[in-house]
Amino acid sequence: MATYVDDAWTALGDPSRRQILRRLAERPCSVTEIAEELPISRPAVSQHLRVLKEAGLVLVRPQGTRRIYEVDLQGLATLREELDQFWGRALENFKRLVEEETEQP
Amino acid sequence: MTSTSTETSVRRETEVAVPVERAFAVFTEKFDRIKPREHNLLAVPIAETVFETRVGGSVYDRGEDGSVCRWARVLEFEPPHRFVISWDIDPQWQIESDPDRCSEVEVRFIATGPDRTRVELEHRHLDRHGPGWERGRDGVASEGGWPLYLQRFTELASGA
Repeated sequence: MATYVDDAWTALGDPSRRQILRRLAERPCSVTEIAEELPISRPAVSQHLRVLKEAGLVLVRPQGTRRIYEVDLQGLATLREELDQFWGRALENFKRLVEEETEQP
Repeated sequence: MTSTSTETSVRRETEVAVPVERAFAVFTEKFDRIKPREHNLLAVPIAETVFETRVGGSVYDRGEDGSVCRWARVLEFEPPHRFVISWDIDPQWQIESDPDRCSEVEVRFIATGPDRTRVELEHRHLDRHGPGWERGRDGVASEGGWPLYLQRFTELASGA
């Protein structure tokens, strides 16, 4: 689970991949459809989809001769957990900072 | 008390050994050192995070190249007791421009003694990010989706 979180964050560090994921959240589609609608070349789309897939953010399923990509709900559940961790870390940082500053003369 | 259901909120709290005024000032004025740096929607590393301490202000990250990402609006600011900011980041981790589809974060500072403050954080209305998400579920099994993973998320949050 932990590696999935790291991978998802790394995967979403790229603006093109965020764009592709947002497009897939609207509707599952093929590499060709994504490449036609976004200013990203077909080989680049394939590469980005591979990263998103490895990060557990998208799923692929065959439909006739085509491969259809869609958002992996379980992968996004991992991101929601990350939101909780985000605030947990923020409060830890806050507590440490307040205590550091209070120790100063 | 808020009546927000737990399915659509995340709650966290901590207690610190300083007066409430000090806790509020450190949280807001030094937010740059509180927000985890790895949370970044910019294409470059973050140089600083700025919390504009007034209603109508923003919380924004400034990248090393000068680019700016405004990811929250200051909705309420009542030192030293509470503030509320919007969370303008959608489930795909992009900036959400429609205010009706943003969640919000309230942080309350409660004096539990002369030198003690409890800080309660609530990230609520997570369901507001949902409608766009529902569209994304076409062709996906009808079970699961937004309510399911929000519930799972909340279970994890409350168990932490």
